[in-house]
Amino acid sequence: MIDKRILFLLQLSVAVIVLIVWHVASTTTLFGDPKNIRFFFGEPIAVGQRIIDWFADGSIWYHLGITLTEAALAFIIGSVGGVIIGFWFARKPLLAAVFDPYVKAANALPRVVLAPIFALWLGLGIWSKVALGVTLVFFIVFFNVYQGVKEVSPTILSNARMLGMNGRQLLRHVYLPSAMSWMFSSLHTSVGFAVVGAVVGEYLGSAAGLGYLIHEAESVFDVTGVFAGMVVLTFFVLLVDWVVSLVENRLLVWRPKPAN
Amino acid sequence: MKIEQEPQGGGGGHSQSHAVELQDVAIAFPMTDGTRYEAVGQTQLKVKDREFVAIVGPTGCGKSTLLNATAGLLVPAEGRVRIFGKDHTGLNRHAGYLFQQDSLMPWKTSIDNVAIGLEIAGTPRREALEKARAWMGKVGLAAFCDRYPHMLSGGQRKRVGLAQVLIRDPKIILMDEPFGPLDAQTRLIMGDLLLDLWSADRKAVMFVTHDLDEAISLADRVIIMSAGPSSRIIGDYTIPLPRPREIADIKSEPQFQEIHREIWNALKEEVLKGYRQVEERQ
Repeated sequence: MIDKRILFLLQLSVAVIVLIVWHVASTTTLFGDPKNIRFFFGEPIAVGQRIIDWFADGSIWYHLGITLTEAALAFIIGSVGGVIIGFWFARKPLLAAVFDPYVKAANALPRVVLAPIFALWLGLGIWSKVALGVTLVFFIVFFNVYQGVKEVSPTILSNARMLGMNGRQLLRHVYLPSAMSWMFSSLHTSVGFAVVGAVVGEYLGSAAGLGYLIHEAESVFDVTGVFAGMVVLTFFVLLVDWVVSLVENRLLVWRPKPAN
Repeated sequence: MKIEQEPQGGGGGHSQSHAVELQDVAIAFPMTDGTRYEAVGQTQLKVKDREFVAIVGPTGCGKSTLLNATAGLLVPAEGRVRIFGKDHTGLNRHAGYLFQQDSLMPWKTSIDNVAIGLEIAGTPRREALEKARAWMGKVGLAAFCDRYPHMLSGGQRKRVGLAQVLIRDPKIILMDEPFGPLDAQTRLIMGDLLLDLWSADRKAVMFVTHDLDEAISLADRVIIMSAGPSSRIIGDYTIPLPRPREIADIKSEPQFQEIHREIWNALKEEVLKGYRQVEERQ
């Protein structure tokens, strides 16, 4: 095992080197004409300054709030829908068999192409972005819940029945926890997709949000703005992911830790 | 089969009707090619109230399916299952079942796993937990109430499973090679624990195992089944060893060895006969 501090220093040095190369390339003639490089890549200090300005004048919070709202709504609606339909299909094999080809077809469709339709139906406000996120989140949760209900250990099921559980109690004490554990194991993916849905939707047409910010900067060749938006978005997703990990650790205490 | 005396300790309120009575029960499964695979041929078996019966047979002889039929998890192809003198359909509400594989709910702590049987029957949660705590003590796991199943050893999980079954006070206890996955020493300890708990409050027990030693040291009666398909009962021995028994000690007693030798001689012959039949059929 590598010492944790050494590992951290090594990880940090990767970022430092990248930043230095970026800085040197965009301010000196070492890698070619710095004007050209600045046009395509911006320069790190300007990007940092832009981010600081955004937070200093508070304008970024509004956009972050919009994106977070859209992602959260997409995640909640998509998850609830996925859990309900997943459960329903798993318990009614005929229903699942009838709809199977349609579910597969809908899942095969690249969801981004739906964005213009949602914009047309739901306008340029947050709901067209929520809808796009829902179509992404729904299928992940749906498949996991469906699997979770199907894969309950037959022994645990028999045991629960022998302990006297009726249908409703089986649902509450056996099927639901099993399905939830599968759902939570895909939590990172589904939360990630909720953010993707929100940002891509904003990018394709909106008046607020991180995606809008990046799109606006891009349309006036403001590379610094694009990079600053990307950096903020990255840290935003990392933060959301960290919160998801906390929730996951809290909810899945009963699961054995995967062996390292 | 010279040992033919009635086991002691029967009687009680159900002296006239048996706890479990399998009448001409046969168990079969449909095969994918349309034929029928008969796991167990027509079988008669009676288990008295408060009697400990061990069912021994080679692996795959269908002894577990007899338990499942008694539990109501499986509908026999032929015959009747009578519980305390009544035909029964659906799940057997008098029975508790300890499975061979892990059957605890991994998302519940040990104590919640033990309490659940009472909770779903309508016992208030506080009271159910109190009783569950007492049962965790009886199986020697008082300090492990808040552990999840994956944090316990195989033997500890079996103890929790035992408490989970016994807390409901079932009149019939079905056990399907419950100590099969455990190591030899743990099996001895679990056997003693089981006998202690059972002696304190005797129930009818059907205990399936492939281990003849284990069967003789635990049971009042040992039932021998032949190899499948269409396996059937080929021996029924009463075990007159005195109780209380200390499993580790009892095996070195001459009486134990004599019983063991007698049953084993019969079993060996019948098992070989069974194998020859299978070969002739093929």
